[in-house]
Amino acid sequence: MTGRTLRLVAGKDLRIEWRSRVAFLQVLPFAVVTLTLFAFALDPASGLLRRATGGLYWVTILLVLVLAAQRSFAIETADGALDALRLSGLPPAGIFLGKALALAVQLWLLQAVLALGVIVLYDPTGKVAGPGPAFQWSLGRVVLFVIAAVAATPGLAAVATLHGALAAGSRARDTLLPLLVLPIVVPALLGGVRTFEAALALGGRETSEGWPWVGLLAAFSLVAVTVGTVAFGPLIEEDR
Amino acid sequence: MIASARPTGRTGTGTRATGALGLVTLALFGFLLVFGLFNSPADAVQRDSVRILYLHVPSAEMAYIAFAVAAVASAAYLWRRTRSKAWDRVANASVELGVVFTGLTLVTGMMWGRISWGVYWDWADTRLVSTLLLFVMFVGYLAVRRLDGSDDQRARRSAVVALVAILDVPLVHFSVEWFQTTHPKSSLETAGAIDGTFRFLHFVGVVTFFCGYLWLMMHRNRVAMLEERLAGEELATAIAERQREGVAGVPS
Repeated sequence: MTGRTLRLVAGKDLRIEWRSRVAFLQVLPFAVVTLTLFAFALDPASGLLRRATGGLYWVTILLVLVLAAQRSFAIETADGALDALRLSGLPPAGIFLGKALALAVQLWLLQAVLALGVIVLYDPTGKVAGPGPAFQWSLGRVVLFVIAAVAATPGLAAVATLHGALAAGSRARDTLLPLLVLPIVVPALLGGVRTFEAALALGGRETSEGWPWVGLLAAFSLVAVTVGTVAFGPLIEEDR
Repeated sequence: MIASARPTGRTGTGTRATGALGLVTLALFGFLLVFGLFNSPADAVQRDSVRILYLHVPSAEMAYIAFAVAAVASAAYLWRRTRSKAWDRVANASVELGVVFTGLTLVTGMMWGRISWGVYWDWADTRLVSTLLLFVMFVGYLAVRRLDGSDDQRARRSAVVALVAILDVPLVHFSVEWFQTTHPKSSLETAGAIDGTFRFLHFVGVVTFFCGYLWLMMHRNRVAMLEERLAGEELATAIAERQREGVAGVPS
């Protein structure tokens, strides 16, 4: 029952996104603007931008996360759709996992585009003046990069979905959601930055330094998904 | 005669017991200030800056206790069998006090850091960073309390926020610590041996802050109860008035 609900809800959310293209036409351009602002703020000529690429990439992902979560519950609160969902008798765990999965899928796609964006725009792998071998892509680097994104994103999506449901329907939603979500996802930011740096050999990091952080990202996701699945029911239940 | 909207029955927030506890707290706090700030020897290593710690350390410890109490009360509210408005009041009061204590901890900590390290803030110190995040998370809790919605909805929402924050803090602490390749030990451990004066004043400080916490908790709880009663009685008064209007409007 939960599995079927998951597929139904995730399918519904992704279909709405596919038809409205908000993620593609608004969230993605916003992320590109953010990357541009960072490039202006941190003078690319000084090498600072290149060195900070991992952090800037992940901060952008977190900003995108908040926007996507707001969108995910804006479609539920419009026309009282959330009430209908609640009255449908579907298991809350399934609704939660479905919405989180739909958000995670969008985030993965956005990450893929943004990762290409920062690598092209910020040139973190370019040859730095001075001694040392030039950067070379290898299968290990790509695998680390991909696995880190796979491990971190479910946790991010779960935190954002839980708090999106919490703030849904209230007038203060848009300002409250970032305040609630961003401090909680700090472990994912730290893990994401370190795996990014390890995969792209920024600051002389080895690829092997990234793998323990993948473990942390996976642990974060496990905790976030578990807590979210348990807490979502009491959150959306009817008043007594 | 229109019934007054003022709550009936006892309207104060104090009792004989809270009065006594308040006096004890005040006396202890006076002792802590006089003895800690003036009438005690300066530390061998930290000199007079150690006096900040007589307030800083107990308030930090009290903040953690307050958030732990809030987490337990929140869990008790979310669990259907123990769900009661009392738990929600306790959780809210405890978070409010915890935020105040955390704020005090951060401010006194930064003052101490400026003197001892030469900087207000040190990103390499895990405790500073995770305490700041703890503070921000519970400021978020207080924002959630102000959301519109029913009492039960507010209680459920804020209980989830409190529990998520408490569960996230160890993860944050651990990941920040790991992120810093070179992190100093806890400031107290490196700042020379802890002597008898510090131990004694630390004990007095903890007792003082705990009494203050209990005292404020009791009053805050009573205020919350009175607010609930007022809301209920206002509604009853409004209904009674409308009914009277209805009767008066009918020609006899």
